[in-house]
Amino acid sequence: MTTHRTSKRRLAIGSAVAVAALLTTAGCGGGDDKEKKGSGPGYNAAVGKIANPSEKKGGTLKFIGTQDADSWDPQRGYYGFVWDYARFYTRQLITYKPAPGEGSQELVPDMATATAKISEGGKRYEYTLRDGLKWQDGKPITSKDIKYGIERIWAQDVLSGGPIYLKEVLDPKGEYKGPYKDKDPEKLGLKAIETPNDKTIVFKLPKPNGDFEQMLAMPAASPVPKDKDTGSRYGQKPFSSGPYQWVSYESNKSMVLTRNPHWKKSSDPVRKALPDKVTLTLITNSDEMDKRLIKGNYDVDLNATGVGQAGRVEALRKHKGNIDNPLTGFIRYAVFPQTVEPFNNIECRKAVIYGADKKSLQTARGGPQGGGDIATNMLPPVVKGSDPKYDPYGALENNGGPDTAKAKEALKKCGKPNGFETTIAVRNNKPVEVATAESLQASLSKIGIKANIAPYDGSQTPGIIGNPKVVKSKNYGIIIMGWGPDFPTGQGFSMPLVHSKYILNNGNNNYSMLNDPKIDAKFTEAEAELDENKAAEIYTEMNKMVSEKAVYLPFVFEKNIIWRSSRLTNVYTAHAYNGRYDYSALGVVK
Amino acid sequence: MTAPLHDTSAAETAAVDVAADAPAKEISGRSPAQIAWVRLKRDKIALAGGCVVLFLVLVAIFAPLIVDWFGHPPNEFHDDEGTVDSLLGGQPVGDWGGMSKDFLFGVEPVNGRDTFSRVVYGTRISLIVAFLAAIFAVLLGTIFGVIAGYFGGIVDTVISRTMDLLLAFPQLLFILSLVSVVPAEMWGLSGSGVRIGVLIVVIGFFGWPYVGRIVRGQTLSLREREYVEAAQSLGAGRRYILFKELLPNLVAPITVYMTLMIPTNILTEAALSFLGAGVTPPTASWGQMLSTAVRTYEIAPMFMIFPGLAIFVTVLAFNLFGDGVRDALDPKGSR
Repeated sequence: MTTHRTSKRRLAIGSAVAVAALLTTAGCGGGDDKEKKGSGPGYNAAVGKIANPSEKKGGTLKFIGTQDADSWDPQRGYYGFVWDYARFYTRQLITYKPAPGEGSQELVPDMATATAKISEGGKRYEYTLRDGLKWQDGKPITSKDIKYGIERIWAQDVLSGGPIYLKEVLDPKGEYKGPYKDKDPEKLGLKAIETPNDKTIVFKLPKPNGDFEQMLAMPAASPVPKDKDTGSRYGQKPFSSGPYQWVSYESNKSMVLTRNPHWKKSSDPVRKALPDKVTLTLITNSDEMDKRLIKGNYDVDLNATGVGQAGRVEALRKHKGNIDNPLTGFIRYAVFPQTVEPFNNIECRKAVIYGADKKSLQTARGGPQGGGDIATNMLPPVVKGSDPKYDPYGALENNGGPDTAKAKEALKKCGKPNGFETTIAVRNNKPVEVATAESLQASLSKIGIKANIAPYDGSQTPGIIGNPKVVKSKNYGIIIMGWGPDFPTGQGFSMPLVHSKYILNNGNNNYSMLNDPKIDAKFTEAEAELDENKAAEIYTEMNKMVSEKAVYLPFVFEKNIIWRSSRLTNVYTAHAYNGRYDYSALGVVK
Repeated sequence: MTAPLHDTSAAETAAVDVAADAPAKEISGRSPAQIAWVRLKRDKIALAGGCVVLFLVLVAIFAPLIVDWFGHPPNEFHDDEGTVDSLLGGQPVGDWGGMSKDFLFGVEPVNGRDTFSRVVYGTRISLIVAFLAAIFAVLLGTIFGVIAGYFGGIVDTVISRTMDLLLAFPQLLFILSLVSVVPAEMWGLSGSGVRIGVLIVVIGFFGWPYVGRIVRGQTLSLREREYVEAAQSLGAGRRYILFKELLPNLVAPITVYMTLMIPTNILTEAALSFLGAGVTPPTASWGQMLSTAVRTYEIAPMFMIFPGLAIFVTVLAFNLFGDGVRDALDPKGSR
């Protein structure tokens, strides 16, 4: 009976799944008590201050991670950790100040002698380069190399994936076609950047943008030598302008960087460059990674996605001194598309905001340490102009519990006193988001709102919740998402979420379909403002206007539990790097 | 039993069987069903399996009552400080995953839902999907198997090749992609109802060729039997032969196959739920509980053990019972 055997085989495979699931539990529980106790300088010692300050050079700084870069090409990487790590082998005109926490939001000159000389009402930025800037082969870094590097952003057909802010700001009409299609013999045809001599570079903006220097601080503005540019393969071995050069790299496996002999500390006020060697090991199992970190085999989690559930308990109980718990800059939230009934009515939106149990949502996100602080509004504390105390819907009242009375009142005003039925859309590959959806569902059921959870394929996000037609047809009244800033200003965080020009037919991020000329005007006003403190005030007002629309239910200002090895010196988390350590400052004890 | 005497002629063996059955017949004259029942009763392991199956069916039917007496509503959150420790990522408070008088099997990490209630309600999903999918598969398999076996020729070729095609089809991948395009409301159902319907139809649809091939083979051999020829020569119609002569003789293999198909279906449902293609949250199912538990097994192992045990016990019970039924109905079958 061949058919019978087939069926047994199917059975066997199925049983194997169940048994494997059972077996994995066998390896648990037995924490290794022999490990040396954490000798770290203490819980949160690297948050807001420098832990183990040191100037001692030498040793090997060992990174470990579970996720390789989208690309190590400075113009193509978009993952946050790439922007941090890329500073080992790239330099920028200006960069974030090497200081803990908030201090890192300030921009300081890197290859430039000073921050920009701004003239013509914010349309002209001029920089002069330092002396002694060298590539890894000893050739000087010129303004032309910087211009060429930036021009590579225009070649989106070859070098896709990176941030395109500079392209949008310098050439909004898309007139330049990129260096690979450039007819200029030197491939420097972009008119918006001028290089009068090797030491001077001038940017000419069609329209002022107060965040322009933030964009120049991204690794996407790093120089690339034209004769070393290997196009789409450049990310396999970038040519170093920073303190370290590439020795070897195997994708998803390992990377080794050693000192760039031509980099001089005298020409670089930013990077400490303490270790002699930087290594990176990539594995696939994040629990295994946590174990190796806790054991002390490695120093830093490259991705800094946080210690997993399993490692967290051990780390918090036995090695609390090796734990940092910084803000990541992300907000985790639910958003209500105004195109889906009954969320076209502000009172129904308010009912959900009041009815949600924020404390339970926080627990679902991972609690106060693993998840973050209960969020009060839609501007994270790492952004200038934010005010976590601004709590228009009383998220912190009643210890984060729901405000049932106000929720019912809002339901009445909405004309649905007995509640209504809606759908929560959630990415199926994010278990924590599904957990928050279940929490929201449970608390909403108490005020009569029946919310069905619709998990969708997370890899299809831009085509599903990013498509307003799909959202409307599938009746997604509540969408669960998260968002972090590309650069720590109101423009860098909020604009894609609330500005009407970001309402797109595909890949939309303005899920609520917020289309208010008054809010749009605030962005125009803030962009034209060159004083960042004044711009911050405008963003504060913008945030209030957004909050009053009641289209967002923020869950948490995300925090992360990250592991700081006892070997690390000169460690601090930086707002500018989404709460990761400033990698370029790290050193090791031996 | 390898005496050379016996392997010379098959007829002799048959004669022995007849001789063994003969005295029993003299005493009571039992029907084939009664004989099977006597054989099944003698098989203690199969009976034990059967009892567990019965118990599980009762649990599924009376889930609301059981939960009312011994547990909390399955979707109720207990994420307060006393039940889960939010500082430690939602680890259940207390030993053994928070097992206590209140929560017999402990609580789910993070949201503190009652594991006992969820395992009990999970029984419903598992059994409903497994039974209905098996019935669906058997229906299709019998219809197409009989048609293919009885009519032969081009009809047989078409049906048999279709079955081959379906057997080679990557079922799991198909379902995973299907689930992502299935609308939230369909066939007058919404939410988990849609998913359960889809699971039943899809698991059943990919299961029928297994039944179909057996039924076809049996039909092929049965239709050449003398009694069928006799009926044909007496002028019996097609319908009479199909329903009176063939189908009754197919009942035994179909029953056996169905009992063995149910545990396979339970595992398929669990695997699909594990991969996120099962019922939608917050509906409890064993596979979905296991997939949640994978993230937290190091801090709350008990939460993985209970749904895992439930799957294990159910599948084992159905398999033992199925094997017993097969032995009882078809004692000559290879084992």
